[in-house]
Amino acid sequence: MTNVQVKGLTAGYGGPPILKDLNLSVDSGEFVAVLGSSGSGKTTLLRVLAGFLIPTKGTVAFGDHQVSGPGVWVPPEKRRVGIVPQEGALFPHLDVQKNVGFGLDKSPASKDRITEVLTMVGMNDFAEARPQELSGGQQQRVALARALAPRPDVLLLDEPFSALDAGLRTTLRTEVRELLTALGTTSILVTHDQEEALSIADKVAVMRNGQLVQMSEPSALYQDPTDIETARFVGDSVELSATYTGGDSVHTSLGSLRIRGDIPANTEAVTAVLRPEQLVMVDPRPVGGSLAPGGLGKVHGITYHGHDSLVHVTLTSGESIAVRVPGESTVSLGENVRVIPTGPASVYAN
Amino acid sequence: MTRNSGIRPPRPLIAAAVVSACLALIPLFYLIVRVASAGPEKILSSLLRARTWETTLTSVSLMVVVVVGCLIIAIPAAALLTRTNLPGRRLWLTALALPLAIPSYVAAYAWLAQFPAMSGFWAAALILIAVSYPYVLLPVAAALRTTDPAIEEVARSLGRSPFAAFQNNNSPQAMPAAAAGSLLVGLYVLSDFGAVSLFRVDAFTRVIFASYRASFDRTSAAVLASILVILALILVFAERKVRGKSLQYRSASGTQRMAVLTQLTTRGRLLGWGFVTTVIAIAIVVPVASLLIRLVEGSRRQLDVMELFQATVSSAGAAAGGAVIAVALALPIGLLTARYRSKWSTGTESAAFAGHALPGVVIGLSLVFLTINAIPVLYQTLFTLAFAYAVLFLPKSIGATRTSVAAVPPILEHTARTLGRNPFSAWTNTTLRLAWPGIAAGGLLVLLTAMKELPATLMLRPTGFDTLATELWSRTEIAAYGAAAPYALALIALAAVPAFALSLAMSKGQPEQMEDQQAPTQLDTVST
Repeated sequence: MTNVQVKGLTAGYGGPPILKDLNLSVDSGEFVAVLGSSGSGKTTLLRVLAGFLIPTKGTVAFGDHQVSGPGVWVPPEKRRVGIVPQEGALFPHLDVQKNVGFGLDKSPASKDRITEVLTMVGMNDFAEARPQELSGGQQQRVALARALAPRPDVLLLDEPFSALDAGLRTTLRTEVRELLTALGTTSILVTHDQEEALSIADKVAVMRNGQLVQMSEPSALYQDPTDIETARFVGDSVELSATYTGGDSVHTSLGSLRIRGDIPANTEAVTAVLRPEQLVMVDPRPVGGSLAPGGLGKVHGITYHGHDSLVHVTLTSGESIAVRVPGESTVSLGENVRVIPTGPASVYAN
Repeated sequence: MTRNSGIRPPRPLIAAAVVSACLALIPLFYLIVRVASAGPEKILSSLLRARTWETTLTSVSLMVVVVVGCLIIAIPAAALLTRTNLPGRRLWLTALALPLAIPSYVAAYAWLAQFPAMSGFWAAALILIAVSYPYVLLPVAAALRTTDPAIEEVARSLGRSPFAAFQNNNSPQAMPAAAAGSLLVGLYVLSDFGAVSLFRVDAFTRVIFASYRASFDRTSAAVLASILVILALILVFAERKVRGKSLQYRSASGTQRMAVLTQLTTRGRLLGWGFVTTVIAIAIVVPVASLLIRLVEGSRRQLDVMELFQATVSSAGAAAGGAVIAVALALPIGLLTARYRSKWSTGTESAAFAGHALPGVVIGLSLVFLTINAIPVLYQTLFTLAFAYAVLFLPKSIGATRTSVAAVPPILEHTARTLGRNPFSAWTNTTLRLAWPGIAAGGLLVLLTAMKELPATLMLRPTGFDTLATELWSRTEIAAYGAAAPYALALIALAAVPAFALSLAMSKGQPEQMEDQQAPTQLDTVST
């Protein structure tokens, strides 16, 4: 079992550095998704971990072994890392079993190991197929088997599902996740797809401008992002201007909201962020004369996603917010609604 | 990512590429050394001699006449065969590309055999036009065919007349193609040895060869060779610039419709057919018919099959040596340029491409000087001859290597490393293994092209070593036309394969293909 420790990592391709003083810690057996938009440096991080790129500063250690640091650089073939590249990158001139056996020696035990890993990924029937004869998903399975065959300490996955169609992506994702959890291999997956990161990983590490901005469990990341950019990046967000009213609450155009986590230092003008599924819409007419919660608004747009819909509402304050409803929208365009928040908000200084 | 952008290439690779480029530059370097060692007085007196300027004038005039002739044939032919409904267009275009497979000295020999009185400037110009106009025709035809008719339609809808719209649309694409083709033709003429020698035109190559033979005035040969190289270098650089420009005008993507074809009247059709058949008659029918007549006549006498076989084996042996050296030199340079974008890659590649500017006669002369003065052991050896072939055709091999390596994703090699292979094993099992067929095909192309090389072979071959080209040459020199015919036909058969590869690349008109195929092949026939 091997943990991964990255400290003060700076790396690039000769120009300005792509990774700037990056720190990352992955526990042994953990499955971490590194999430970032293109240009965030996530692929560069993967290249440094695999040993394809020599960093200019910082250290990388797998377990007790430092693989990169001042005066130390272990070449890829000595790192015991496995890599599952984008679109598989199988060796086109070798059949499936030779691809999988590429990292193994020529002993009879290797033959059994090939069968074993191919069975693990459900590809044993295709042992003699050529990569060109396989579908995209099958190629990814073989690429995973190839990476796992030499029993790597650390497995690196570079957007392995991005080239697959939606249905297959979800199935394969779940299967890979179950397999890797069962094997207990320390795994790092790089992706730009927040849904993928949230659904597959034990922890999600968000990268921006060559630095790690937050690393949390998926639910914590989604519910309590460290800053407003992260909030916007990991999901749809509802942003309301707010003022601190003491204790653990702020006042917004949807009324008083409870704060999750830390109270901001600047308490004057802040932004409160909710998720669209934390809002519900009700009939706007006042009920029994008592002070009604939430705020009034008018529906100005509806985006239908199949499993749910986003209803865009303009509040009387002029702010535009989104409300998630399951399935089809129950309200129609132009309708007046009352929007009521449920649950706490994350609050950020402006 | 196809390149390891910004990553420093490994030192051994840089070292190997630099060594290769230096080896390729030896002939040029030694030519400069030879000229410089003559001292300023001798150089000046050589330069000021009337013969020097007469030779320059002859070569340049021949070049201008041939280029103009090629344009006069190629541009109407290209327009006729791509933009009108002339029946049989495809077939005509293929037929018109055939002269690519006829080395200039074979064409010259064939005409001489039929019309022994032919001689002089205009005879040489006619033959050179007949063998080199495809260098203009094919790229122009490709440019006209790939022009997006939508642009022409927009121009018409904006009020331009059909003719103005055609010009407006096609000039930006066809003009650079014609210009690049003309420069190739110019280079071909400057480097041509066979046609000018057989027709006794005192152009650079013939005069250099003669002064080398006379062997009392080698400084003047070296000075003439230097002027020739400077002129050729200007053409090479101009060609690269123009070609780069012509690619900018290509539309980026999307399928293009075929251009709207001009409907010809019956009279137009007859004129069109008359035009192309005349060109084909001069460029192909006459020389081939002459060869066949000679062959039939010659077969009444005894054809020495053993000798023909021996010459073929000799040609193939020396050329195979050249191909092996070329591939070995091209491998590090091709690898460096395909995988890393750096000053090293562009530098070594340009150095190696300088071979384009060195006609066979110049490489021959320089290596004769070098071996006699510095390494007499290598004088007139097969090794020196093979090395000359390698330098002459190195660009072809670099092109093939670069394209083949660039087609292999670097991630395969990286993945092999993570699977425990050391750098060399990872490289041989992925990149080299997958690129090898393309690299070998490039080597084969070098082999076939080198088999028909004439001037460097004449100067560098070991005594008594005869190739197809030199056998044809010696028989033509003594007017033994019948005995020469089998060698001429064998040479055309050999030239057919590289010619086919070249015409394919030029008529596809694909930017990358042009970049990789046309440039390396441009000197195919030049060296013959």
